[in-house]
Amino acid sequence: MADSVALRSRRAWLHRDTKGWIFVGPFLAVFALTFLAPIGYAIYLSLFREQAFFGGTTFVGLANYADVLRDAKFWESFGRVALFLVVQVPVMLVLALLAALAIDSARLHASGFFRIVIFLPYAVPGVVAVLLWGYLYGTNFGLAADLNDLFNTTAIQPLSQHWMLPSIANIVTWEFVGYNMLIFYSALRTVPEELYEAAAIDGAGTWRTVLAVKLPALRGAIVIATIFSIIGSFQLFNEPNILRTLAPNVITTYYTPNMYAYNLSFAGQQFNYSATVALVMGLFTAVIAYVVQLRGSREAL
Amino acid sequence: MNAQKKSNNERNTAMKSSHRRSARRLLVVTAAVTAASLVLAACGGSDQAGSSSQPQGSAAAVDEALAKGGTITYWSWTPSAEAQVKAFEKQYPNVKVNYVNAGTGNDHYTKLQNVIKAGSGAPDVAQIEYQALPQFALPGSLVDLREYGFDSLESAYTASTWGAVHAGDGLFGLPQDSGPMALFYNKEVFDKYGLTVPKTWDEFVAAGKKLHQADPKKYITNDTGDAGFATSMIWQAGGKPFTTDGKNVTINLADDGTKKWTGVWNQLVTGGLVASIPGWSDEWFKALGDGTIATLPIGAWMPGVLESSVKAGAGKWRVAPLPTYDGQPATAENGGSAQSVLKQSANPALAAAFVRWLNHGEGVKPFLSSGGFPSTVADLKDPAFVDKKSAYFGGQAANQVLTAAAGTVVKDWSYLPFQLYANSIFGDTVGKSYQAKTDLDPGLKAWQDALVTYGNQQGFQTNS
Repeated sequence: MADSVALRSRRAWLHRDTKGWIFVGPFLAVFALTFLAPIGYAIYLSLFREQAFFGGTTFVGLANYADVLRDAKFWESFGRVALFLVVQVPVMLVLALLAALAIDSARLHASGFFRIVIFLPYAVPGVVAVLLWGYLYGTNFGLAADLNDLFNTTAIQPLSQHWMLPSIANIVTWEFVGYNMLIFYSALRTVPEELYEAAAIDGAGTWRTVLAVKLPALRGAIVIATIFSIIGSFQLFNEPNILRTLAPNVITTYYTPNMYAYNLSFAGQQFNYSATVALVMGLFTAVIAYVVQLRGSREAL
Repeated sequence: MNAQKKSNNERNTAMKSSHRRSARRLLVVTAAVTAASLVLAACGGSDQAGSSSQPQGSAAAVDEALAKGGTITYWSWTPSAEAQVKAFEKQYPNVKVNYVNAGTGNDHYTKLQNVIKAGSGAPDVAQIEYQALPQFALPGSLVDLREYGFDSLESAYTASTWGAVHAGDGLFGLPQDSGPMALFYNKEVFDKYGLTVPKTWDEFVAAGKKLHQADPKKYITNDTGDAGFATSMIWQAGGKPFTTDGKNVTINLADDGTKKWTGVWNQLVTGGLVASIPGWSDEWFKALGDGTIATLPIGAWMPGVLESSVKAGAGKWRVAPLPTYDGQPATAENGGSAQSVLKQSANPALAAAFVRWLNHGEGVKPFLSSGGFPSTVADLKDPAFVDKKSAYFGGQAANQVLTAAAGTVVKDWSYLPFQLYANSIFGDTVGKSYQAKTDLDPGLKAWQDALVTYGNQQGFQTNS
């Protein structure tokens, strides 16, 4: 008797269990196919070394990883995007924050218009945006050339060695201020009206309200936007890759880690090493994003 | 065919093992099914593939395949490709050619390398530039056309293009266009600043100085570091920086010829006498039209580009022989492509037939009428082609200069078996010298070092 009860409940458990799997199954299948399999394949690739001519494929264990960590080109590209991250992301997020606060302040005339205009660059396809900026940056016929002519100087060289990274940062900021503004703005719209009323009753002015009500309410959105921007910075590719046609000697094939990985596999057929670079970079990005999230949410408590 | 042979072998191996152990039957069956499906996959899309009656590897096979018909795919970015495919299909209605423009230059090669690596999806015929040919030929991705007796076509082509479609002893394509270098110059600028057409490189440098002094916004030419240009210039100077013998590759970017070139070109780079406008950019086309760039030492295919993309330059441009070091005529090839048959092709005989038609038959005509510069001796000698006066070149018979150049190409040049990769890192290394406006030699040394490292990583015995 006891046995059959146990059996029945076991059956019921099994039944419940399979039911769950049926629901989760389609997702899991797609997830495994499109997320886990590529990562697994990249890890598999990173353990081998293949010679494009003569020789074949040999298992090398972690040798590729050791090589990446000793690779001056990798560290140069990593250092470049790290610098980009430290300078460009705060500038962009502060601008986005100011724009969101201004539009939310209800003191701006035609705020809907500004919201659209600031967001518009994000709607421009990235490639087109870079081509457009590349044209403005041109020192022979572009806007830069006209400005140089106007002031009778040659000082404005957006595509030169020292200006290139700021020039790229300018494009990225232009593209993504609107996107981040929208994240902040939507977070501001969810602040309960009662909080503003309470602040007003307590005698808080505009700035006091911003500091005591709006910014704390934005903390979650800021953490999210920061994480997105960190990932975006580490994955910098489109902008330098397209500007490369205009300044082939300034932007090397390893200007950013993503460009390095891309050129390793598509110009050099070094797929294994390329996979390793991508994995190492992915790991770095994950760790840094995780630390930011941890810090962000801890301070929120 | 190769894929099929390989999977047949797999099946045979699998069957042998089934005699040994019946317990492994399931595995064997699976393997056999897999092998069979591989055979099917290899034959998929083409009715003719897999028929064993077809004689292989002979000149007769080409004609037979053409008579039989079938479907092939052709990847190319040449302007005449579409017209050629149409003309071919009209002449051979039972052959269907899927024409695909898979991108220009590197985009095309990236895709080609990917489908070769993937083991399926490659076209039957592809356009491959001479500089890229060894990179595809040596790892065995291309069909050796000697199989079809195409080595007998040698006399139809210029010596330099015929040499360019060989890797080792193999013949891996038929030449389409050629690009013997000449000096294109803007006569309007030359007249205005009292310049004479330079016959030697020293005169070229002197003209560059004179022009830039007279107008700091004008340059004798542009150069931001272009591997194709640099290698052609080294070629003209008699340099032989790359030698390949089987697995052994020797790279010497400090040989006499290379030094001869840098001896001249360093003066232009360090003196800021070359415009830092990258070739093929919008700025470049504009600068060619408005006189900012006064000359172009470039391949003989340039007239077509000028006429279609630099309308503002009409009537201003002229052609002269490329300056040399000693005043004696000598030039090099700059660019140019062949059409090759890929090993992956399920119907290589038909693919070879298409290649033969393209570059050794009726296909040459549509190519010429699209402004192409041929590699076929008969067309290079044809008075209708040679003496044609060009309105764009102010009535000059530009082809007289260009066809003469085709006969003075310096012999025995060879590219690296990984030239595409080499070109891709030219900016990383030599580009730094251009950027800093310093002598190019240290940059070339850095290029050499990087190439030696890469060659050794890819299985060559690379020395400098």
